[in-house]
Amino acid sequence: MADIVLDQVTKRFPDGALAVDKISLDIADGEFVILVGPSGCGKSTTLNMIAGLEDITDGELRIGGKLVNNMAPKDRDIAMVFQSYALYPHMTVRENMGFALKLAKNPQSVIDEKVNEAARILDLTQHLDRKPANLSGGQRQRVAMGRAIVRDPSAFLMDEPLSNLDAKLRVQMRTEVSRIQRRLGTTMVYVTHDQTEAMTLGDRVAVMRNGLLQQVGSPQELYDRPDNLFVAGFIGSPAMNFMPATVDSGVLRTPLGEAPLSGRLRQALELAKAPRDLIIGIRPENFEDASLAGADAKQNGIGFRATIDVLESMGSDVYVYFTKEIERGVDAAELTELARDSGRADTGGSGDTVVARIDAATRIREGDDAELWVDLRSMHVFDPATGRNIALGATGSRSGTASGGGSSGDAASSGAESNGTPAGGAATPA
Amino acid sequence: MARTDNRKKIGWGAANTIAVALTLIPVLWIVSLSFKTPAAITDASFWPKEWTWSNYSGILQTSQFIEPLLNSIGIGLIATVIAVLLASMAAYAVARLAFPGKQVLIGMALLIAMFPAISLVTPMFSIERALGLFNTWPGLIIPYVAFGLPLGIYILSAFFREIPWELEKAAKMDGATPFQAFTRVIAPLAAPGMVTTAILVFLFCWNEFLFAISFTSTIGARTAPAALAFFSGSSQFTSPTGPIAAAAVVITIPIIIFVLFFQRRIVAGLTSGAVKG
Repeated sequence: MADIVLDQVTKRFPDGALAVDKISLDIADGEFVILVGPSGCGKSTTLNMIAGLEDITDGELRIGGKLVNNMAPKDRDIAMVFQSYALYPHMTVRENMGFALKLAKNPQSVIDEKVNEAARILDLTQHLDRKPANLSGGQRQRVAMGRAIVRDPSAFLMDEPLSNLDAKLRVQMRTEVSRIQRRLGTTMVYVTHDQTEAMTLGDRVAVMRNGLLQQVGSPQELYDRPDNLFVAGFIGSPAMNFMPATVDSGVLRTPLGEAPLSGRLRQALELAKAPRDLIIGIRPENFEDASLAGADAKQNGIGFRATIDVLESMGSDVYVYFTKEIERGVDAAELTELARDSGRADTGGSGDTVVARIDAATRIREGDDAELWVDLRSMHVFDPATGRNIALGATGSRSGTASGGGSSGDAASSGAESNGTPAGGAATPA
Repeated sequence: MARTDNRKKIGWGAANTIAVALTLIPVLWIVSLSFKTPAAITDASFWPKEWTWSNYSGILQTSQFIEPLLNSIGIGLIATVIAVLLASMAAYAVARLAFPGKQVLIGMALLIAMFPAISLVTPMFSIERALGLFNTWPGLIIPYVAFGLPLGIYILSAFFREIPWELEKAAKMDGATPFQAFTRVIAPLAAPGMVTTAILVFLFCWNEFLFAISFTSTIGARTAPAALAFFSGSSQFTSPTGPIAAAAVVITIPIIIFVLFFQRRIVAGLTSGAVKG
C-alpha cells in the first residue's frame, strides 16, 4: 500500500520532444486513478515513469513518501499489466504468475500458495499448466492480471489492459478489474484512451492532452463541469455537441435559435471579458422530442425544427442525428484534435452534425422534419480562443453548471428573465 | 490461366531440378569414388562396377584420420559455444541498447566478416608462433571464434529485434535484474536463433581449411579437412583418391546429423502467445 505523488514531473525525449509537461498529481493510498487522453498525449509515458521504465527528465516522483526518481523498477514494489500482456511464452501460466516471487527467492510452498490463490480469484485454476499460446485473449489478460496480483505490490499500474479484448469481454473484464481493485484495496493507476473505461472505473480521472494535465476529478465532475473544450469533448459518449454562438444585446444567438442570456451567464461572460463570439456545448441528453419535453424543460430551453438524417434506436433511448446550417464553423485546436482522435476527420463526417438523445417513446422517423427541444440550463459556454469553460470559471465551486437539481436557482432566474415569453418563441425554425 | 499455371510449374520444376542436380552430382560422385577399388578410380564409370569398403576400413584404422576427426569435433564445438555466447550478448546490446560506438561495432563486425582470410594467415602465423599457440587447439579456436562472431551477431540481433520488448519490461517489473531478464526471458526465446547461429558457426569451423592447414603441423591439432591433404597412397605412385573420397564422406555425415537434429528446433512461432493474437 502506498500513495504516489507526481510533483512537476516532466519527460523530454533525447530528440527534444516534450512528452509530459510538468504534471503534478497526488494519488492517495488505495485510490483508483485513470489517466485518459487521445494517443500521444503522454499518458503511457507518465505510467512508464511511475514504473521506472522511463527516466524522469525533471520533477519528483514519490511512492509511499520515498523519492524514487532514480530507483530501478524492481525496487519500487509496483506491478504492471501491459497492453500486450507480455506473458512469457516459454513458461506455463503457473510459472508466469510465480516468476516474480521466484526471482524474489520465495520458498516454493509460498509461491504455490499465492499462485493458487490468485488463480482462484481469476478463475484460472484449470489453466495453470498451459502455455500462453494455448489461451484465449481473455484468459491471457487474466494471467497478466494474476502476475500482478500474486506479488501483492504497493501499487498496480495498468497500461490499456483491456484494449485487445473484444467489446463484450472488455465490459466483463472492466467490472472484474473494478472488483479486484476494491477487494485488494491497492493503489491503482490505469491508462486508457477509452473515455467509457475512464468514466466507469476510476475514483478519479485525469485527462491529458499534449503532455499537459487538463483536468483531474471524479468522473461525474468531469462530465458535469469540464474545465475546457477538450475535456468537454473527450468525456461523454456520444460526444458533446459544439456550436458557434454570438452574444448580441442580451441575447445568445445559436444555430438552434435565440435565447435570452441568463443573469448568471451574463455575469460570467462579463467577468471573463468573453468575446462576443463563443462556442456553446450541449450534451445529447439535453435534447428532447418537443412533444415529450416536460414543462420544466420547456421553460428553460428553446424549440427548433430539424430534418433528421439518421436515427439510431438503442432500445432505451433513440439517438437522432441532424445537421444545422452554420454560417461560421466551430474552429478550435482542441476540437480539431478530438475529431482526429475519434476518426471523424478521416471518415468525412462534418463537424456540424448534432447528436441528440431522446426518449424512446418518440414518433420521430428518419427523414422527418421534427420539432425538437433543447434544455439550455446545462449548456456550457467556451471561449474559442482559450478553450476555457467560461460559465464554470464564474461560478467557481458552485454546482450551478451541473445538470439536474443543483441548477434550480438558475432555472428560476432564467425563467424570470424570459419574462413570460417562452424562449422558444424567439427561435427561428430551421 | 491454367495453361500459364502449368507452364510456371514446369519452369520452376526445371529450375529446381537443375539446382539440385548441380549440388548433388558432385556429392554422389564422391560417394561413388569412395566405394571404388584403386584400379577402378579412373575407369570413367559413374557407379563402381565392384563395390568395396576397403577405403573406409583403411582410413578408420589409421590415427592419421581418427585423431584429426576428434580434433575437428572438439575445436568445432568449443569455438561454437564460445562464439554463440559472445555473439548473443553482443547482439542483444546491438538490438536493444543505445550506446556510443554501436555503429562502429556493427561496422567492425562486418569488416571482419569481409576481410580476406588469406591475407591474415602470414601475420597470424607469426603471432601464433610467438604466443606458443601454433599447433594447439586454442590456436584454431581463437581465430574461429573471431570469424564466427560477425555472423552470429548479425543473425542473433535480427532474432532479438523480433522479441517483443514488453517482455523485457515485464521481467524488469517482476523484479529481474537486466542479466536475469536476459538469461531467463530473452535468451530462451531466442533459442531458435542461437541454434541457427550454432549450426552455421559449427559448419564454418568444420569446413575451414586455410587456417587449419597453416596453423598446425601434426595430428595433435590438425583438423579433418587439413588431414585429408596429408593422406598418402599405398605407394608413392598411387594417388590416395579412394581414401580421400571416403574421408570426405565420413566428415559430411556428422554435419547431416547435426542439421537434421536441430532443424526441428529452427522453427518460428516459439514466441507466439507472448502478446496478443
